[in-house]
Amino acid sequence: MRRALAVAAAAGWLLEAAARDTCLECHAVLEGALQRPAVLYKADVHARHGFGCAACHGGDPSTDDPKLSMSPARGFRGKIARTAIAKLCAHCHSDASLMHKYNPRQRVDQYAQYVTSVHGQRIAQGDAAAATCTDCHSVHDIRNVKDSRAPVHPLRLPETCAHCHADAQRMARYGIPTDQFAKYRRSVHWEALAERGDLSAPSCASCHGNHGATPPGVASVTAVCGTCHVLLEELFNKSPHQPVFASMGMAGCIVCHGNHEVMRPSPAMLAGEKSVCAQCHDPDSSGAKAGAEMARLINQLRASLERSSAMLERAARSGMEVSEAQIRQQEAQEALVKARVAVHAFRLEAVREPVEAGLKITAESYRAGVAALEERNRRRIGLAVSLVTILVTMTGLWMAIRAIEKPVGGS
Amino acid sequence: MLSVETRQRAASWLDERLGLTAIGEFLRHKAVPVHSATIWYYFGGITLFLFVIQVLTGILLLLYYRPTPTEAFESVQFIMTRVEFGWLVRSIHSWAANLMILTAFIHMFSVVFLHAYRRPRELTWLSGIVLLGLALAFGFSGYLLPWNTVAYFATKVGTDIAASLPGIGPPLARFLRGGDEVGGATLTRFFGFHVAVLPGLTTLVLLVHLALVQKHGISVPPKVEQESRRRGVPIPQMPFFPNFFLRELMAWYGALGVLGSLAAIFPWELGVKADPFAPAPAGIRPEWYFLAEFYTLKLLPSHVWIFEGELLALIGFTLLAVFWALLPFWATNRQGEIRTRLVTGAGVALLAYLSTFSALGYWR
Repeated sequence: MRRALAVAAAAGWLLEAAARDTCLECHAVLEGALQRPAVLYKADVHARHGFGCAACHGGDPSTDDPKLSMSPARGFRGKIARTAIAKLCAHCHSDASLMHKYNPRQRVDQYAQYVTSVHGQRIAQGDAAAATCTDCHSVHDIRNVKDSRAPVHPLRLPETCAHCHADAQRMARYGIPTDQFAKYRRSVHWEALAERGDLSAPSCASCHGNHGATPPGVASVTAVCGTCHVLLEELFNKSPHQPVFASMGMAGCIVCHGNHEVMRPSPAMLAGEKSVCAQCHDPDSSGAKAGAEMARLINQLRASLERSSAMLERAARSGMEVSEAQIRQQEAQEALVKARVAVHAFRLEAVREPVEAGLKITAESYRAGVAALEERNRRRIGLAVSLVTILVTMTGLWMAIRAIEKPVGGS
Repeated sequence: MLSVETRQRAASWLDERLGLTAIGEFLRHKAVPVHSATIWYYFGGITLFLFVIQVLTGILLLLYYRPTPTEAFESVQFIMTRVEFGWLVRSIHSWAANLMILTAFIHMFSVVFLHAYRRPRELTWLSGIVLLGLALAFGFSGYLLPWNTVAYFATKVGTDIAASLPGIGPPLARFLRGGDEVGGATLTRFFGFHVAVLPGLTTLVLLVHLALVQKHGISVPPKVEQESRRRGVPIPQMPFFPNFFLRELMAWYGALGVLGSLAAIFPWELGVKADPFAPAPAGIRPEWYFLAEFYTLKLLPSHVWIFEGELLALIGFTLLAVFWALLPFWATNRQGEIRTRLVTGAGVALLAYLSTFSALGYWR
C-alpha cells in the first residue's frame, strides 16, 4: 500500500513538473522588457497549442533554478538573432508532418518562399535590418491570420508593411521610396478594404506576395493585376497596346492606372485634361480621338441610365408598378460595366457594342416610366370623374331623402 | 311601352311567386331609432358593403391568380401591369380588406359603447366577434398570397408564434403550413382557406348575424331609453326603407369614393418576390391590425419567471379574446342591470391598448 502511494506521489510530481513552465512563472513577476514576453505569450497561438518558451528559446522550463533552466547545457539559446529567426520558425513550419498535427491545411512553404524574397535574400546576406518572420507576425503574441488583431490580418497588413516601408530613415539605405502606403490609402483598393471592409480587396501581399515578397517586374505587372481582373488582362493581352508596351518596356496596367495609387477609373481617363491616353497619344492622333469617342459613348450610356432610373423611380414613387423595367435597368447597368471593361480591348467597336445594347434598354425603360406616369395621370382623371359622379349621386340621394322627409303640407 | 294592365299582371305574377307585397309590408314597418348616436348604426352596413366588394374583386382576381410559389408573384405582377384595370381590382381588394377590418372594429366598439350587446343580443355579439375573427383570418391568409418577401416572413413569424403554443402549437403550425416550413404547401393551403373555407364560413355566420339583427331589431342606447322614459316621449324613428336605406346607400357611396381614391393614389404595392433562402429583411412587421400584439410580443422578455415570454403573451391574448367575447355575460349584474361604467372602462382600456401599441409597433 505504502509503495503504491509512493509511486502515485512520484507520478504526480513528474506530471506537475512536466506541466510547469518556469520561464513564464519567473518572467511574469519580473518587470519591463523581461516581463513583457510572459504577458504577451498568453495570447499567442503557439501557447494555445501547448508550446512553451523553450520551444524557441531552448532551456529547461521544469526547474526553478535560473542557472539550470537557462543553461546552454540544457539547450538554452537566449534571444534569437534576427538573421536566425526565419530558420528557427522554419524548423517547425516547414515540417509537413508536424504542422499537420495542428492544422492539416497549413502551408509549409513559407520558408522556401522567404529565402527567394528580397527580405530573405538580404537576411541571408547578413542584413539584420531586413524583415523577418517576427516583423510581420509579431513576436510572443503571434495570432492566426484570421484573427483581426493579428498584424497580418488583411485589414491590418498594409499598416504592418508600412511600419518599415513608410519609415524614410529605415528605407534610406535601400534607396526605395516610402510613399507607397500614403498612395495606397488614396487608392480604390484601400477604399474597398478599409472603408467597405472587403477582405478580398488587394493589399500589399496581393501583388507583391507575402513570404516570397518581391516587386512585380515590368513583364509580370499585367499578370499580377490579372489575378483579380481576369477579363481585363485577357482583353489587354489581345489588344494592340500589349506588344507596343512590351517593346517599350512599359509595365502594362500601371502605365494608365498607376501602381499603389490606383484611382477609381472613369471616362475622364480617356479624354480631356486628365486623359491618360494623352501621355502617349497626340491630341489629334487617331488613338486620342478613339479614346475621346469611347469616353463619349460611356458617358452617354451613364447619363441615359441615370435619366431612365430617375424616371422609373418617379413612377415607382407615384405607386406605379414598374419593377419589370427596373429589373431591365440592371441589364443596362451590366452593359455599362461591359463597355468600361471593353475599353481595355482598345477598339472602338468593342465599346460601341455594349453601349448601344445598353442605350436600347434605357430607352425602353424611359418609355416604360413615361407610360407609367401617363397611366398615373389617366387614373387620377378617372378618379376625379368617379368622385364627381359619386358626389352627384350622393347629392341626389340626399335630395331624395329631403324630399321624402319633407313635412306634409310644410312650406 | 307596356300597358298599365300588363304591368299590373306582371307585378301580380311576381308577387304570387316571390311574396313582394309581404316584403314591402315588412320594409314599411321596419324602423330605425333616431338619436344622437344613430350615425354609428351605419358602420355595420359599411362593413357588409366592403365585404361584398371583397367578394366581387376577389372573384375577378381569381381569373388570373395562380397559387404556386413559382407563379403567384408573377401572376399578381401580371394583374398589376398587364390586365386591363387589374391594378384597380387588386388595389381595391387590398384596401377594401383593410377598410373592412377598420370598420368592423369601429362597429364593434360602437356596439360596446352604445351597450348594444345586452340581452337579448348576446348571440348577435358573439356572432359578430366570430365574424371579426374570420375577417382577421382573411387578412392573415390573404397577406401571403402575392408571395412577396414581407408577406413570406410575416407568415413565417405568425406561424412560428402559433407553434410556440404548448401541446397544440406544433401540430397547429404544421397544419397551417402544410409542413415544417412556410412553402408551396402553405401557399396552396392559405389560398384554399382564403377563397373557399373562410368565405363559406363567413357567409354562414354573416347570415346568422343579420338574422339576429333582424330578429331583435336595432338596439337603443340605455341612456336614450332612460331619457325617453323620463320625458315620457317615445324615441323618434325613421322608416328603414327608404329613409335609412338611402342614407346607408350614401354611406356606401362615400366608402366607395374613399376606396377608389386610396386605390388610385396609393396603389397596393407588390414588393419583391419571396426568397425562402434569403435572410429575413429588417423591419418585418405584420399588417396594422396585428401590430398591437406584435409590439407586445416584442416588449416581453424571452423569459418571465419560468414561462417563455412568447407563450405568456399568447396565453394573455387568448384570455383577453375569451374575456372580450363573453362581454354580454359579465356586463350584466345579478339584477339584470348593465354595468355600463365597467364595460365603458374596459372598452376604453382595450381601445387605448390597441391604438397605442399599434402606433408604437408602427413607428418603433
